[in-house]
Amino acid sequence: MLGRLSWAAIPVDQPIPLLAAAVVLVAILAVLGWVIVKGYLPYLWREWITSVDHKRIGAMYVLLALVMLLRGGTDAIMMRTQLAMAFHSQGYLPPEHYNQIFSAHGTIMIFFVGMPFVIGLMNFVVPLQLGVRDVAFPTLNSVGFWLTATGALLVNISLVIGEFARTGWLPYPPLSELAYSPDVGVDYYLWSLGISGVGTLVAGINLVTTVLKIRTRGMTYLRMPMFCWTTLASNLLIVAAFPILTATLTMLILDRYLGFHFFTNEAGGNAMMFINLIWAWGHPEVYILALPAFGIFSEVVPTFSGKPLFGYRSMVLATMAICVISFMVWLHHFFTMGAGPDVNAIFGIASMIIAVPTGVKIYNWLFTMFGGRIRFATPMLWSIGFMVTFIIGGLTGVLLAVPPADFLLHNSLFLVAHFHNVIIGGVLFGAFAGYTYWFPKAFGFRLHEGLGKIAFWFTFTGFYVTFIPLYAAGILGITRRMQHYDVAAWRPWMIIAGIGTVLLAIGVLCQVLQLAVSIRRRAELRDLTGDPWNGRSLEWATTSPPPVFNFAVLPDVGGKDAYWTQKSRVNQAETRDEPRYQAIEMPRNSPTGFVCAFFATVMGFALIWHIWWLALAGFIGAFATFVVFAWRDRDEYEIPADEVARIDRVNIGRRRELSGVAVSAS
Amino acid sequence: MIAAAAPARDLDHVHSLGEHLGPAPKRIVTGYGFWIFLLSDMVMFSCFFAAYAVLGGQTAGGPNGAELFNLKNVAVETGCLLMSSFACGMASIAADVRNQFWFQIAMVVTCLLGLGFLSIEFHEFADLVARGDGPSRSAFLSAFFTLVGCHGLHVSAGILWLLTMMAQVFAKGFRADIQRRFLCFALFWHALDIIWVAVFSVVYLLGSGT
Repeated sequence: MLGRLSWAAIPVDQPIPLLAAAVVLVAILAVLGWVIVKGYLPYLWREWITSVDHKRIGAMYVLLALVMLLRGGTDAIMMRTQLAMAFHSQGYLPPEHYNQIFSAHGTIMIFFVGMPFVIGLMNFVVPLQLGVRDVAFPTLNSVGFWLTATGALLVNISLVIGEFARTGWLPYPPLSELAYSPDVGVDYYLWSLGISGVGTLVAGINLVTTVLKIRTRGMTYLRMPMFCWTTLASNLLIVAAFPILTATLTMLILDRYLGFHFFTNEAGGNAMMFINLIWAWGHPEVYILALPAFGIFSEVVPTFSGKPLFGYRSMVLATMAICVISFMVWLHHFFTMGAGPDVNAIFGIASMIIAVPTGVKIYNWLFTMFGGRIRFATPMLWSIGFMVTFIIGGLTGVLLAVPPADFLLHNSLFLVAHFHNVIIGGVLFGAFAGYTYWFPKAFGFRLHEGLGKIAFWFTFTGFYVTFIPLYAAGILGITRRMQHYDVAAWRPWMIIAGIGTVLLAIGVLCQVLQLAVSIRRRAELRDLTGDPWNGRSLEWATTSPPPVFNFAVLPDVGGKDAYWTQKSRVNQAETRDEPRYQAIEMPRNSPTGFVCAFFATVMGFALIWHIWWLALAGFIGAFATFVVFAWRDRDEYEIPADEVARIDRVNIGRRRELSGVAVSAS
Repeated sequence: MIAAAAPARDLDHVHSLGEHLGPAPKRIVTGYGFWIFLLSDMVMFSCFFAAYAVLGGQTAGGPNGAELFNLKNVAVETGCLLMSSFACGMASIAADVRNQFWFQIAMVVTCLLGLGFLSIEFHEFADLVARGDGPSRSAFLSAFFTLVGCHGLHVSAGILWLLTMMAQVFAKGFRADIQRRFLCFALFWHALDIIWVAVFSVVYLLGSGT
């Protein structure tokens, strides 16, 4: 009846996961209770859960990422404290548990922090920058988000019911095969990533179509803001790479569930095929995360330097070059696995070549700053911190791309330090820059600047104190994924890294505090102009937060930096006729995404525990949801022209008033 | 705020200058998005093709393709699928001229031919499993069942979709959104043909040669 599920699945003998789960459960119940008692449930359902508005969905993606960042960060703190303690001893985490923690840390940070963070920002910003009202497929967008949330939920369920994978963040066979990982850990991994992978693919298709087909009048490709270009490149990579992940996970699922022989040791299976396939997805994935971050810096740096982006066309070219070359370097993840010197040399050279367009980008940002009037606001601090940090990470990457060097450093903490250097210094700093930069646009008030700066400095120094010691220890020979060690020379580095983690944690706490303080003081942080940073692209042309339809009248674009040009013209001639307002059709809200994700969660959980009838029920439920959705007769509603005009007149009036105030003050 | 789209501008003139006119109409957007989905689906199939190419020789002492495949069956199967695509094309024409009767007839024919294809494939699979040559016999058979089975699952999903389309057109007529959906279905059904041509060549033709 319940497959492999029994009371034995609850780890009553392990206090740490139980305690963690209890805390999470209490927190969830507290939030839920608060929402119900305050009577916010109908509001949440109407305005957020069933919303198909790209701005709301984007904000929910980012919220999911921030919550999961706390979970993944807790894992990181546990690992570093364990290694600071476990010299000549077992530390406080038994090997079985430690292995789950590093697997969960990697999985969560890539799939449920990095991905939702960048997808959320792209979702929120891109339609605004393109000057349009929504993405190409609003309801599918909601489905994509909720499927991602399903994956995150399943990973967290594994904390209490059963266990997570102990195989590392990429479950290499034969270790991940049934013979060596007989419990449900790998199954949790496979189904949560399988389901959220479908969500990511949906988001990718949606955003590619949006950028290529839904742009406002005059927004030609070479007038698009840089962030739209990197969104295009990143989502093209999603469309081309995520099916590989799906196929690879499917093969492993078939091996584990139906006794197939794709990657087994027996009957002709080939484990190296898994490693090739997973990295054929895994390397583009690195750029799926990094390219949107590059796009964010390309928005932030010009804005806070008061200059247009230097070398726009070379930036476009560099972005698309990275997009293509990222598919040609995957083998550098396993130089040591016997491909031979010729193959290794080719992939080593390709890996160095991909550093060239990245270098072009760095120079472009530097030249954008050169001679500019730089304002050191929080997003700009993250951007400059990124440039310094990412160059170091990139250089150690080029070092690792030399196959002979890689033979010494493969799977050492040097490698771990390298990829944290590029992912924290690149993706996370970028995501934080974007979060602070676009927060006022999303919610109508700024984040507290002082706390943001403190958070930056703690994170920045914390990063170096944590990871520079890992480079050193890696050169001294420490390998990754070790639960304890007996080499005295490694000890001091492990202790320093542990201290660095504390600094990083303080940085994260500052950002939580910043959010709380900013919400409390939202009245004084209110952004009435819609353009708090003196921005250059179209998202700043509308109010903060934008009306549901984004723009009362779709803007007409005549060049790059559309809003900047517009602003300079307005200063010359203030008088303009009122536009002709027309009724606007907007997509109606739909619970499809949420209901579908509910069934997907049920189905995933049932498959993990071999509860076949429940899995079938979940599948039928998901299909029925789609048919019900397809059956609906009205999928749009109309906002009458009068209403549009009323909203827009209020907004324009407020802006005129403010700019009048500014003029008289100056 | 930003200037409204100036009504005075001559649209044809602007178009001839290669200016961008604004968001594409819905039919274009939907079809375009679905094409991108199909491309991603083909990437997934290409992984299964790659796995088949890698594992094709790994028979682990079991039978190889030449001993297992019955080309006559496969020829009938292929005929069914290609003709079903022709019928699907007829349904597209009927949908374009909004002829409910011929649309439904063409869809029924598409469905029956699709089911014919599936039943032949099912028999082939059942026969192999009964002889002890199921997917867990060898890596070659694992890859074979997965590649061909994945195509079969797509056809099955296509038939569920087809039936839903028939019901929708019957209940709601040729509304614009239903037409867009049918456009996607037709693309999907034809794409499965293209993939089958590759399966037929790589798996059956090359396989029975060895």
